[in-house]
Amino acid sequence: MIFVKNLHKYFGKLEVLKGIDCHIREKEVVVVIGPSGSGKSTFLRCLNKLEEPTSGEIIVDGIPLNSEVNVNAIRREVGMVFQRFNLFPHMTAIQNIILAQEVVRKTSKAEARKIGLELLDKVGLSDKADEYPDRLSGGQQQRVAIARALAMKPKIMLFDETTSALDPEMVGEVLAVMKDLAREGMTMVVVTHEMGFAREVGDRVIFMDEGIIMEEGEPNEVFAHPKNPRTQAFLSKIL
Amino acid sequence: MGLNWKAAIDSIPILNKAALLTLELTAGAVAIGLVIGLFMALARLSKNKLLRAGSIAYIDFFRGTPLLVQIFLVYFLVPKLLNWDTLPDNYQYIAGVLAMGLNSGAYIAEIFRAGIQSIDRGQSEAARSLGMTQGQSLRYVILPQAFKRVIPPLGNEFIALLKDSSLLSIIAIQELFYSAKIIAGRTYQPIPMYIAAALYYLVMTQLIAQWVAYMERRLGKNDLR
Repeated sequence: MIFVKNLHKYFGKLEVLKGIDCHIREKEVVVVIGPSGSGKSTFLRCLNKLEEPTSGEIIVDGIPLNSEVNVNAIRREVGMVFQRFNLFPHMTAIQNIILAQEVVRKTSKAEARKIGLELLDKVGLSDKADEYPDRLSGGQQQRVAIARALAMKPKIMLFDETTSALDPEMVGEVLAVMKDLAREGMTMVVVTHEMGFAREVGDRVIFMDEGIIMEEGEPNEVFAHPKNPRTQAFLSKIL
Repeated sequence: MGLNWKAAIDSIPILNKAALLTLELTAGAVAIGLVIGLFMALARLSKNKLLRAGSIAYIDFFRGTPLLVQIFLVYFLVPKLLNWDTLPDNYQYIAGVLAMGLNSGAYIAEIFRAGIQSIDRGQSEAARSLGMTQGQSLRYVILPQAFKRVIPPLGNEFIALLKDSSLLSIIAIQELFYSAKIIAGRTYQPIPMYIAAALYYLVMTQLIAQWVAYMERRLGKNDLR
């Protein structure tokens, strides 16, 4: 579903990604972990070209990521959820979900609203449809953001530290929605510090440090018997 | 001091008319300025080097030279550029509004640019990640939020523009200041006439300030931050 070949990314002179190779299969849940500054968010953001790779090749759903036309075609199929939610503050929850359906998918307003209400129900917020983001808690905003991404009927979902900006008591409600998605067979790439989630939901764990993939494998294996000393050091600090 | 206020009171109907003209000139200039300002702001933020350079040159020129000079320049340059042998009736109004509009376009461009850049990058990233084009993201996500934030500086610009319209007296447009000056000369009562003109300007700028405050409240009600 996603092929990444020898991906490099520089910010000015700083090399953030130093050659990433990776293949993500359909319906796979891949969890990316690693210390901050390891390049994991940059890697994720390259997958829908929010960051322009310096070199390397990315193929998403059979389409190589290069020209601007392709980019919009791919972004439609790849949903993304951000650490800071990024809901549109001048629109209600349901309007947030309707907008791109109407503008990008050309779905009729009535149909887009119907889909939006179903998704709000799915994330447990059917009573918040007409609230503005300011009136919602962080956990609720993040669930609306997930519903907004799902409304585009993406084939792949990218999660960029989606629980890092949340109060602890709200982390669970967002993770629960993500678990449901994983169970339904969504292809997911998840950058997170939630090791419990990685263990329970991940099909594969990728450990990144200093811009390369240091280790990857089945979560139980990586967590129980990390082979790379870096992985061992990282896990011993956080587990 | 022996001031004769009768001259000022007698001239109220004329001053009313002149004040209305001042408002009309300002409104015309605002309309032109908003269109130019939005276009120049987008050009300035565009990836296209040529558009960016053009916008910067425009803003530099109109901010960096006196409005008074611009008024004369436009007044004499337009007929030349359009190869007019005779000037149309009331040509000075066209030149005046155009000059003020061109000038305010430069300031409004900077106001819009600041407003657009003040919107968190995450907003356009969210829009783009949903598959929206840059134009769609701008239209539905960025500009509506930016517009709210630029209302106070836009209000300042409108007020400055209204006051600067007094400069149009120099090309014989019979706006408020021009009329006050003419009557002052005819009646030998400059002080009452200029006080009257000042009061007229004050009332009009206050009206704009009130309207801006109202717009700010109305548009800001969903924005608690």
